[in-house]
Amino acid sequence: MFFILTFMGLFFHFGRYAVFMSRVLRRPEKHKVFFKQLFIEMDLLGIGSVGIVFIISFFIGAVITLQTAYNLDMPLIPTYAVPVATRDSMLLEFSSTLVCLILAGKVGSHIASGIGTMRVTEQIDALDVMGINSANYLVLPKVLGLMLTAPFLTVISMGVGIFGGWIAGAATGAVTSADYLQGILYAFVPYYIFYSVVKTIIFAFILTSIAGYYGYHTSGGSLEVGHSSTKAVVMSCIYILIFDLILTQLLLP
Amino acid sequence: MIEARNIFKSFEGKEVLKDVSAIFHKGKTNLIIGQSGSGKTVFLKTLVGLFEPSLGEIFYDSRNFTAMKNADKIKLRQEIGMVFQGGALFDSHTVEENVRFPLDLFTSMSNEEKLDRTNFCLKRVNLVNVNHLFPSEISGGMKKRVAIARAIALNPKYLFCDEPNSGLDPKTSIVIDELIQEITQEFDMTTIVNTHDMNSVMGIGEYIIFIYQGHKYWEGTSQDIFTCDNKELNDFIFASKMFQKMVRG
Repeated sequence: MFFILTFMGLFFHFGRYAVFMSRVLRRPEKHKVFFKQLFIEMDLLGIGSVGIVFIISFFIGAVITLQTAYNLDMPLIPTYAVPVATRDSMLLEFSSTLVCLILAGKVGSHIASGIGTMRVTEQIDALDVMGINSANYLVLPKVLGLMLTAPFLTVISMGVGIFGGWIAGAATGAVTSADYLQGILYAFVPYYIFYSVVKTIIFAFILTSIAGYYGYHTSGGSLEVGHSSTKAVVMSCIYILIFDLILTQLLLP
Repeated sequence: MIEARNIFKSFEGKEVLKDVSAIFHKGKTNLIIGQSGSGKTVFLKTLVGLFEPSLGEIFYDSRNFTAMKNADKIKLRQEIGMVFQGGALFDSHTVEENVRFPLDLFTSMSNEEKLDRTNFCLKRVNLVNVNHLFPSEISGGMKKRVAIARAIALNPKYLFCDEPNSGLDPKTSIVIDELIQEITQEFDMTTIVNTHDMNSVMGIGEYIIFIYQGHKYWEGTSQDIFTCDNKELNDFIFASKMFQKMVRG
């Protein structure tokens, strides 16, 4: 019985999400207003997240370097293998998936609670009464705003993570600077950057649209706004991880 | 003129509106009254198209709103202004941006023309020097006035107000009521006000319908209301002890 109800709930949300997205992905009412909103969202969601991406990536890069150095401390494995592992871990997984999971928490909850509050204070009804496609007006600039800025965050994360590994390796003596520089250039595959950027764009779409969906369908009061925000973050994280698996299978040769 | 014909509305099997019909006339302040939970807000939101009626039809000057295509509904909605219970002002916009918002989206006015129209609307609701304040920085009464200014920005033919006096002191409530009535007459609009405030009923009610448990129980004018023998209506009207003393001596 539990599985049947869960399955029905899943179908219900999938159907409602599809209807919601068909309203979001429409031509904006007025391009001038849309582009103004888009730039605001790019600033708020993308540029506003540079700081947290910077901090997380630096420490992740540093930790990966130290852990790899600890695990590969064997005479047969050259030291420059450590930065190779740091670089590939950052490029393949951490800079896209982990950064988007962090963004799901920061940006996702911000979107869901913002739109949820607009719903419970009748601001969305006010838009609808005016004849505005409220789903499109509120959610499309956020979806596109993050899809356009997230790749830059990913590239920043890659650079900062590798830099963090270098600092940690050099500071602790786990990897010398010369070995580190040799390692990060060794067997470099540029396709990994493309793969990571593609994943990031798809994750950005998932997290903004799911957060918008939960915020838009909030009903009740401030308590429900909190619930919507939590659900948005949890569901975004789950779908990001599912799509991480699918995209890895599809995109990596 | 707005006409509602045999409106039924139910949510998950629970019937909230049961066969409600009414005609709201142009240039008049029409009131929907009833207790909390009687279905007033659902009726108002159904009239304005925020809820689809389960059964029945709504006509805006003989145009069948319920049978319209979505694109036509969107066009018609630009002729509608609505004042929500809490004002529903956009928190991230200033007062000026709130009033200007429909102008930005639906007109091709120049910036100067938009500013003139915004200032005209704000002045009409007796608000000056508040253009750059945010909704969180103004009082409840001012929020309602900004909401009215936004509602009239596009010069609408129809004005809907959902409990415009809720949360306001009696003096400010009268100011808001008078403002709604003045604007209705000045712009010759069809105005529908949802209220359970008896001061509004006495002050501005030109045509009143009383909704009780989802049914329309009574309709008439503010003069007729004291001579009717409808028990539910009398219970509602004379619920206030002060009102009982005033009217019945």
